[in-house]
Amino acid sequence: MSTAAAPAPSPAAFELPHVQPGRSLWQDAWARLRRNRLAILCGGLLVAIVLFCFLGPWLTGWNPTETNLALKATPPGTVEIRPDGSGGKHWMGTDPLGRDILTRIMRGGQVSLMVGLVATGVALLIGVGYGATAGYLGGRWDMGMMRFVDVLYALPFMIFVILLTTMFGKSMLLIFLAIGAVEWLTMARIVRAQVQVLVRQEFVEAARSLGLSTPAILIRHIIPNVLGPVIVYSTLTVPAVMLLEAALSFLGLGVQPPDSSWGTLINDGAENLETSPWLLLYPAAFFSATLFCLNFVGDGLRDALDVRASKD
Amino acid sequence: MSTVLDVQDLKVSFHTRNGVVRAVDGVSFKVEKGKTTGIVGESGSGKSVTCYSLLGLVPMPPGRIEGGSAKFGDVDLLKLSEKELQRIRGSRISMIFQDPMTSLNPWLRVGTQVAEPLRLHEGLSKSEAWKRAVEALREVGIPDPEKRIHQYPHEFSGGMRQRVMIAMALITRPELLIADEPTTALDVTIQKQVLDLIRDLQKRLGIAVVFITHDLAVVSEVCDYVNVMYAGRLVEASPVQELFARPRHAYTQALMRSIPALQRKGEPLYTIPGLPPDLANLPSGCAFRPRQTPERQALCLTDRQPPLVEVSPGHWAQDCPGCLIRD
Amino acid sequence: MLRFTLYRLAQALGVILVVFTITFFLIRLTPGDPFAGEKAMPPDVRRVMEERYGLNKPLITQYFTTLGSYLRGDFQPSMKYQGMWNVKIIKDAFPISLAIGSCALVIALGLGLPAGIIAAVKKNTWMDYGFMSLALIGICLPTFVMGPMLIMTFGLKWRVFNVAGWFEKTDWVLPSLTMGLIYAAYIARLTRGGMLEVLNQDFIRTARAKGVPGSRIVMVHALRGGLLPVVAFLGPALAGITTGSFIIEKIFNLPGLGQHFVSSVFNRDYSLILATVVLLATLLVVTNFLTDVLVAWLNPKVRLS
Repeated sequence: MSTAAAPAPSPAAFELPHVQPGRSLWQDAWARLRRNRLAILCGGLLVAIVLFCFLGPWLTGWNPTETNLALKATPPGTVEIRPDGSGGKHWMGTDPLGRDILTRIMRGGQVSLMVGLVATGVALLIGVGYGATAGYLGGRWDMGMMRFVDVLYALPFMIFVILLTTMFGKSMLLIFLAIGAVEWLTMARIVRAQVQVLVRQEFVEAARSLGLSTPAILIRHIIPNVLGPVIVYSTLTVPAVMLLEAALSFLGLGVQPPDSSWGTLINDGAENLETSPWLLLYPAAFFSATLFCLNFVGDGLRDALDVRASKD
Repeated sequence: MSTVLDVQDLKVSFHTRNGVVRAVDGVSFKVEKGKTTGIVGESGSGKSVTCYSLLGLVPMPPGRIEGGSAKFGDVDLLKLSEKELQRIRGSRISMIFQDPMTSLNPWLRVGTQVAEPLRLHEGLSKSEAWKRAVEALREVGIPDPEKRIHQYPHEFSGGMRQRVMIAMALITRPELLIADEPTTALDVTIQKQVLDLIRDLQKRLGIAVVFITHDLAVVSEVCDYVNVMYAGRLVEASPVQELFARPRHAYTQALMRSIPALQRKGEPLYTIPGLPPDLANLPSGCAFRPRQTPERQALCLTDRQPPLVEVSPGHWAQDCPGCLIRD
Repeated sequence: MLRFTLYRLAQALGVILVVFTITFFLIRLTPGDPFAGEKAMPPDVRRVMEERYGLNKPLITQYFTTLGSYLRGDFQPSMKYQGMWNVKIIKDAFPISLAIGSCALVIALGLGLPAGIIAAVKKNTWMDYGFMSLALIGICLPTFVMGPMLIMTFGLKWRVFNVAGWFEKTDWVLPSLTMGLIYAAYIARLTRGGMLEVLNQDFIRTARAKGVPGSRIVMVHALRGGLLPVVAFLGPALAGITTGSFIIEKIFNLPGLGQHFVSSVFNRDYSLILATVVLLATLLVVTNFLTDVLVAWLNPKVRLS
C-alpha cells in the first residue's frame, strides 16, 4: 500500500499503527478520476477531436472554402481528379457548392471549439472575479452585487444575443463576448456561494487569528477550495457555450459564410436533408460526440473533486 | 428475566475497493427485558454497524452479513426478508439516532412523522393516529403538543427534536429500543434531560434498550450491562458496576483513564496512543497490540485472535496475555 | 412570505421595464429600418410612413409615447405588416407555440421524472446507467440535430408525419417530441441528482428504521425535496417552452411566436420586436416568480420565515 520508508524504530516510543503517507486532495481526485474509465476515454477522445480539427486540414489536402460546382453535393467517397492531375477522395462527400465536407468539419470544429474555449474564458474571468468579490466583501456589497445578477438572470438573454448580433453585424468577437456575458452569471453565483461559506469557516478564522494577511488567506485557503467547483463548472460551460454558438449559427446569426462552424454545417445539412443526408449526419455526429465527451469529462471531474451542485 | 434479543457470532463486512472491511467480527450479546445494554467503543469500532445490521439498515452492497444469528422472540432477524423486517422496524424494534437536526424530515410536519408508525403498523386513521401522536409528544415532555404537532422540525430546538424522535420511536410501544448515540450531538444540560427521559420511559414501559455510545460516563449512568467493542470485536462484557469496579481489559482501562471527570486536576489529559486499526487489514493477533505499552506489547497474542473468556461470573474479557489483567 | 412575494413582484416589474427600455433603444441603434425593403421607397412615401408611426419625433419622445401606450395596454400596429396589429399577430401565433410547448412539457415530465427517480433509487445498476446514458445522449443531441433526424426518420423514410408546416392535426407531434425529449433528458438528470441528495440524508434512514416501505419513502419522504432542482429549472425553462423555441419553429416551419420574433428582427419591425420581447420577458418573469414562490412554499423553512 504505502511506499514510504518505515520509520526507524525507537524503543521508548509507542509503535504507531501503520499510517499512510498523506495524499493531497488533488492526488486523491486524480486517483478517483483515473478509475472512471469512461471519463478518461472521453478525455482521450476529446484530445483526438481537437487534434483532428486543428491538424486535419493539412492531411486532407482540400481547401474548406474552395468551391467546385462540378461536384455538387456528392456522396461520401467521391473521387475528384482535377485537370492538373491533383485531387483525391472526398471521404465524407461534398456540399452543394462542391466543398469537401471533411475539411469543412475540421475548419468548423476549430471555430466551434475556439468559441467554446474563449467564451468560457470570458465567463470565467468575469464570473470568478465578480463572485469572489461579492462573497469576500459580504454584507451590503454582496447583497447589491447579487441582486444585480438576479436581475440579469431574469432577462431573456437569447433575445438580446439575437438583437446584438443583428445590430453589430455578425462578428466572431461579438459572439464570444455575447455568449461569455451570458454564461458568467452562473459562475459568479457558484463562486460567491463557495467563498461566502469558506470565509466563515473555522480554518479561515484560524488562519486569520494566526496573523495571515488577506492575500495570503486568499491564496492559501480560498482559491484552492474554490478551484474544484470552478474547474467542474468550466468544463460544463464549454459544451453549453458551443451549443449556444451552434444555435445562433443555425439561425443564421452566428458564423457567416464562407466561414463555417459546426452549427452552420448542421444548418446546411438540415436544408438538404431530403437529397443528401450525409451533410447533416457527419457534422452532427462530430458535434454531438464532442458535447458528449465534454459532459462526461465534466461529470467525471465533478465526481472526482466531489463537488456538489451549488444551490443558491 | 426474559431475553428480548440474543445475538450470536454476528459478522458483517463491507466489500470496498480497498478490500474487505470486517466491521463486525463475531459479536455476541444478549438484551434483557427492561434492561439497558450498552455498546461502547471509539468511532469505527463497529458498534453502530452491529445494530444497523440487525434491522437490515446496512446498505447492501457494499455491506454483507457474513454469519451469525439474532434471535428476537422466535425469529432470527438476520434471516428475514426486507418485507418482514419492515413489519418489525418501527413497531417491535425502534431506533433513535445521533443527530436530531438531520434525523427528522424537514419537509414533513412533526405530526405526520410521529404518527407514521401507527398509520403503517397499526393501520390507524389519520385523525386517530394524530390524536395518539399528541399524547406521545406530551409523554416526552413537549409543551403544548396540540399546537406543536402541526409545526415543522426546524421550529424545534435540538433537545426538543430528540424528544420528538423518542416519541416517534416509542409510539408503537416496541419491545426493543436501539439508541445510537442519542445524546452526542446535544448540549451537556440537554444530554442529561434526554438520558433521564429515556431511562424514565424505559422503566415505565418495561422495554429493553440497546444504548450505543462512545462516552463511558453516559454508560455508567444509564446501562445495566456493558459491551466494550474494539476493531469489530467485543473485548470486554460485564455488568456495569463490575466493569467500573474491575475493568479487566487494557482497552477498557485506557478508555476509563481518558474520562476527563475521573482525572485529577492539573494532570495532563490522558489519551490512548495511536489510532484504531485499519479494519481492511487487521493484524492477525490481538488488535489492541499496536497501542499497548512496549512491555505489554511483547506479551500480546500475535498468531491468533484472543477468545472471550469468563474471568468472573458474568464478566467476560478477551484472553490476550498482554491485555487481560487477572486478579 | 408576504414581504418576499411583494419584493419579488416589484423586482419582476423592474425587470420588465429594464427589458422594455434596453430593447427599445437597442433596436433603434440597429442599422436599417422597417421600410428598407427590396426596392427603395420613394422619399415622400417614407416621410408619410415615418410620420404615421411617429418615427420622425425625437427618440426620447418616442420612448415615452410607446411606454405610455404599453401601459394603457395598446401594443401598437406592426410597421412591416401594414394594417396588422401586433396583438393580432401574437394572438394568432401564440396558441401554436403554446400547444407545442405544453405537449413537449408533458412528454418531458412524463419521461424525465420516472427515469430520474428510478435511476436514483436503483443507483449504480444497469437501469441507472441505461437511463442516464439515454439522458446524456438527449443532452448532446441539440434540437437542431434531433429535429432534422426525427424528420428524416418519421417524415421522409416512414412518411408517418408531415415534414414541416402547420396544417394537419398530427403536425404537433414531431416538434413536441423534439423539444420534449431534450427537456426530458435535463429533467431526468436533475431528478436523479436531487433524489440522490435527499436519499442520502439521515432522515431517510429514520424513515427506514420506522419500517416505511421503499415506495412510500420515495414518494412521501424524498420526492418533495428531490424535485426542488427540477422545479427551479422548470420555472425559467417554462417560458422558453411555451413561447416556442426559435429553432424548433424554424426547423418545422411553424408560424409560432419564435418565428415572428426572428423575422421581425430581420425585418427591423420595431414595434413587433418590442411587443414580442415584452411578451417573452413578461412570461419569463412570471414563471420565474411563480417558481420562486413554489420553491419557497415547498420549503417549510422559507415558507414560515
